Amino acid sequence: MRGLIAGTVWEGDVMLHYLILLPVLYSFWLMLSGHLSPLFLILGALSSLLVISLQQRMDRIDSEPALLKITPGILSYALWLCWSLLKANMDVARRIWDPKLPIDPVWERLDIKVTTPGEKTIYANSITLTPGTLTTDIQDDHFLIHTLTPENMDELRRGEMEERILKLRI
Amino acid sequence: MEILINLLSTLCFLVGGFLCLTGGIGLLRLPDFFSRVHAAGVTETLATPVLILGILIHQPELSLDSIKLVLIMLIVLATNPTASHAMAKAALHGGQRPVIFDQPKDNNDAPSRGGDLSKP
Repeated sequence: MRGLIAGTVWEGDVMLHYLILLPVLYSFWLMLSGHLSPLFLILGALSSLLVISLQQRMDRIDSEPALLKITPGILSYALWLCWSLLKANMDVARRIWDPKLPIDPVWERLDIKVTTPGEKTIYANSITLTPGTLTTDIQDDHFLIHTLTPENMDELRRGEMEERILKLRI
Repeated sequence: MEILINLLSTLCFLVGGFLCLTGGIGLLRLPDFFSRVHAAGVTETLATPVLILGILIHQPELSLDSIKLVLIMLIVLATNPTASHAMAKAALHGGQRPVIFDQPKDNNDAPSRGGDLSKP
């Protein structure tokens, strides 16, 4: 079947992907707008189609459909991340208010065991999301990490976060 | 019950406001760009969720707006690392180097892109 953009062909799996995406996008629109008048229904349909055609163009460029399935593993990782975010936030906030400003920034490479793009994405983003640690560069076998204190770096080197991401098998 | 809800949401607003202030103070006190990103992280990853939790509790009932509030929180949490990473990359690219204490000055040089990455 010819795609919405001239010169592209939709294959079976990809087609199914877009067919699932359309109702999802449309219900998302309905949820955000909350109006059920014909004008809004039509606008919603048009914008869902626009998003799909844009996504089709992007998929053509990187060819690898990026799907994140919501599994119990992901949810429990998210909960664990929230908890560690809370702890990291308290730590950074305490250091900011401390009159002596007890920080000792570290900027080092961190060797990584994660290999797939999905694992790397989650790992690098989790590190950056946590206050106190920041990913400044991503290479094949290591990240460059800036941390506020050496303890933050030791925590990362102990690799609890990485182990949890490896268990997700993304 | 209503008093309890009011108390809880007020507490959330106070804590959220205090954390926003913490982020701002951190921006002023910390020495360089990279450590300031950590301070901004406090505002984004804890202050925003706590403030939104306060609004959620304050709502008289669950509605479409509650879902929208949760979505706002998720979007802030999802975009924060992307923005932080982009800023850090841009700073490195623009020649900013992290301040590292107690080290000779020439050790502060960053590993050049694609060059020797064995000792940052």
